[in-house]
Amino acid sequence: VCFIPGGLDCSISFVSHVLGKVCVHGRQKEILSVLVPRLTDLTKSDCIWQRICWRLVECVPDRWMEAVVLGFVQRTSGADVLSSLLGNLVVKNKKARFVVTQKLLLLQYSHKTAVLQNLLGYLSLDGLRRALLIQVLQELLETWSSSSAVKHSPPEQQQYISKAILICLSHLKESEIETCRQELLTSMMEGVKCHLDSNLPQIRRLGMIVAESISSKINTDGPVLKFQYEEDDETRELKSLLVQTPPFCVVPSLADDDRNEKADAVPPVVLESNKKPHTAAPVMSDEESDAELDSDDDLVPYDMSEDKELKTKAPVYIRDCIEVLTGSEDVDKWEATVKALESLIRKNPAATREVSVELAKILLHLEEKTCTEGFVELRQRAQVAVLTTDPIPVAKYLTSQFYSLNYSLRQRMDILDVLVLAAQELSCPRPPGKTKHSGAQKPCIQLSPGSDSSKDWRRIVDERIKSKTRRFATGQSQVELASGPNEFSSVAGHFFFPLIQHFDRPLTTFDLLGEDHFVLGRLVHTLAVLMYLAVNTVAVTAMGKALLEFVWALRFHTDSYVRQGLLSCISSVLLSVPTERLLEDMTEELLETQSWLGDVVEKDPDGDCRRLALQNLLLMENLKKKLTTVPS
Amino acid sequence: MALPPPDPQFVLRGTGAAVHTLHFSCGGQEPDVPVLFSGSENGFIHVWNLKTHRVDTTLDGHGRRSVYCVETMGGKNKLLSQGRDQRICLWDLAEGRTSATNSVFTENVGFCRCSLLKVAQGRWLMAMAAKGPEEVQVLELPSKTSVCTLKPEVGAKLGMPMCLKLWQHDGDSQPLLLAGYEDGSVVLWNLSMGKVLSQLVCHQEPVMSLDFDSEKAKGISGSSEKVLSIWSLNEQQNLQVYKTHKLVNAGISDIAIRPDKKILATAGWDHRVRIFGWKKLKALAVLDYHTATVHCVSFSDHKHPCERLLAAGSKDHRISIWSIYTQT
Repeated sequence: VCFIPGGLDCSISFVSHVLGKVCVHGRQKEILSVLVPRLTDLTKSDCIWQRICWRLVECVPDRWMEAVVLGFVQRTSGADVLSSLLGNLVVKNKKARFVVTQKLLLLQYSHKTAVLQNLLGYLSLDGLRRALLIQVLQELLETWSSSSAVKHSPPEQQQYISKAILICLSHLKESEIETCRQELLTSMMEGVKCHLDSNLPQIRRLGMIVAESISSKINTDGPVLKFQYEEDDETRELKSLLVQTPPFCVVPSLADDDRNEKADAVPPVVLESNKKPHTAAPVMSDEESDAELDSDDDLVPYDMSEDKELKTKAPVYIRDCIEVLTGSEDVDKWEATVKALESLIRKNPAATREVSVELAKILLHLEEKTCTEGFVELRQRAQVAVLTTDPIPVAKYLTSQFYSLNYSLRQRMDILDVLVLAAQELSCPRPPGKTKHSGAQKPCIQLSPGSDSSKDWRRIVDERIKSKTRRFATGQSQVELASGPNEFSSVAGHFFFPLIQHFDRPLTTFDLLGEDHFVLGRLVHTLAVLMYLAVNTVAVTAMGKALLEFVWALRFHTDSYVRQGLLSCISSVLLSVPTERLLEDMTEELLETQSWLGDVVEKDPDGDCRRLALQNLLLMENLKKKLTTVPS
Repeated sequence: MALPPPDPQFVLRGTGAAVHTLHFSCGGQEPDVPVLFSGSENGFIHVWNLKTHRVDTTLDGHGRRSVYCVETMGGKNKLLSQGRDQRICLWDLAEGRTSATNSVFTENVGFCRCSLLKVAQGRWLMAMAAKGPEEVQVLELPSKTSVCTLKPEVGAKLGMPMCLKLWQHDGDSQPLLLAGYEDGSVVLWNLSMGKVLSQLVCHQEPVMSLDFDSEKAKGISGSSEKVLSIWSLNEQQNLQVYKTHKLVNAGISDIAIRPDKKILATAGWDHRVRIFGWKKLKALAVLDYHTATVHCVSFSDHKHPCERLLAAGSKDHRISIWSIYTQT
């Protein structure tokens, strides 16, 4: 395609038609990969070529406009190139404006960050288009701060919108921020609230980052909002979007120690790295007398700065530990006791059984007195040790406390974690005669929501399915592992049933079905794990039945974390309860569940829920198949 | 800037029980292998080959009761060991023999390590805690005849003897005995007359270990408290406190002065071995390797100064071997 420059009047509409038709048929890549680089070069400095290009795009009929615009936005290498190619198309053409400001930003979310950069940069580069930029930002913020959007839209879309907001913010000039400062503030407050309310950590983090960015933009002098969250690639990428290369942009300072600003002018505050003076380790050599020279001086002392007093020793008896933890004022001893407690409990099971409930009570209420490293983990391990040493009374105590008044959410969740860890330990067969000290090797389970749970379950489901397939090979290729009795089987019921009992009875400080849906989510996940660990125990059928009823009651819960938990519960039931029992005792529940699962697979907004539901349906299919293939 | 303390040159593992006593025998000529004898709480004496770092022989002579003292009597084939079975065993290890040739029944259930002194070729004096409550008996070996029994006077209330050291000024003079007792005092005994020459209260707690430098007539003792006491012997054979040194952590189980009298090592209850200069008791190093109480320290008797080693045995079943300050 070659145009002759000069004073010739060319009609480009034919070319536009061709372009549009090609793009709408899906051949954007082929044609634009040739066209765009050429046009980029040509329009770089030549005004006439620019106008030709604009005319070209403007003449594309409306019905093909979207394809063309999309193709251009995706293909160009930068916002300035897009600007020179498209000109003020978005201002002049309604369809183009719709595509750029609404469709690409709010209705679609599959595009890469580069596309967003191009798009929003393009909007910001011209005075006429800047009004659109502001409008776009307002709409994005409206979506971002709407609680129903946060609850029901997929996390990927929310991430996309957050990125768009950050890029918009980076393009805004001071004057523009001034005009919409109030709106920014309002939407930020609302948006932060709904984001932090969510159970998924990714959503919470997105909310925090965007809120921080907005706050830093509207309050360049004065304290800025700062949240604590884990930095990872995603957050770094998001934060980097806020910093744009155009020279007049103010680089936001996220350091919270720069509070000395001049009030009038808005100086560009540069990021300062806090360099704390590196304190070198002090080197002492005691009693070095350089004055006297004697033959001892040829013996050069070594560095003895590490030579310190030995810490106080921890008590050796359980009852002493109890005394120290409840009454002692001596913080060194308290700290030593906390560190030594788990191994003491494991080494003295008989002594622990005498005082198990008391010890559990003390540990549940134990607050951090000194800044001990790993205090939470130490406490949790000690609690697990007490629970495994004397399961029934301690489980009774803990499950009753879970539903009692005046505990913090953290304590209730601790109870759940401890129950799961102990159940895991008990259900793992230990070879008789050997007391394995779990020690430092055992990682603490964090029942964290998010994609981890589904991956784990997939792995577990796969393993289970593999193990259930019949093998016809003869001979044992592996040495049989030493086996011991499954200690969980006698106590599984004690762990499980009290937890499931009172979930619908609200107390003044604790309402599982109401505000405390985060704890509900954790409870549901805990029940799923307990169910899974109860495989081969006597109570498993009763547990399965109760769990299916529980799931049925909660199946329409609005929180996606709770729903994921419910689906995990169903997986556990299907995997743990023997097939014969499933079909004999729980036929109606299974049928109802199956129809609900089908519903979830199709209609649930959360990707993880859909995946889990699909897995469950597959499991059910496998069970059915197994039954029909087993020769009766 | 001072260097960080050195790591052990090697660590001997395999005793299987707490190590209570160590003794080197490295003075032999090639092709004699330098060895280290160790006595453990499970009653075994291990003979460690210091070239291969492995156990060459294991001697079982104390009925699985703890061995708390091991000494050689001229060369590495003549061994003496003391255990909690109230016996002192004499061994002849030539040609790979592993049974005790002789034994002395001490009738003492304490922990006091015996002390050996060579008085003539083939004749040894051995001081050990005896049957009576505060008694020390001196025997001549190998004849096992009693030379004297040292009983403190009635009312002295010294308590059990905790540690002993036989010495003599030079080759021919009278042998003397320094004994540390439970009440914290160090007593100098004259053996021929069986009398106390001098007594000095060095500590408030029992004297756990002592060592003496006969050339400078200066000795050092450690106890379960935080103080090391250095005392000297003047011309009138009187003990006087020379100085005290405060430690970081309480409890010393063993003290050894290196044969060249330049440095000394202390084994501490705080798991650390400390090295001091002997002349002024200058703190030189803190060797922190063990994870439990260090029970014993011993210096080797290598002929070449640069090969000299220090061994420390601990409750954590390990023996650490260090090469420290070998250039002097």
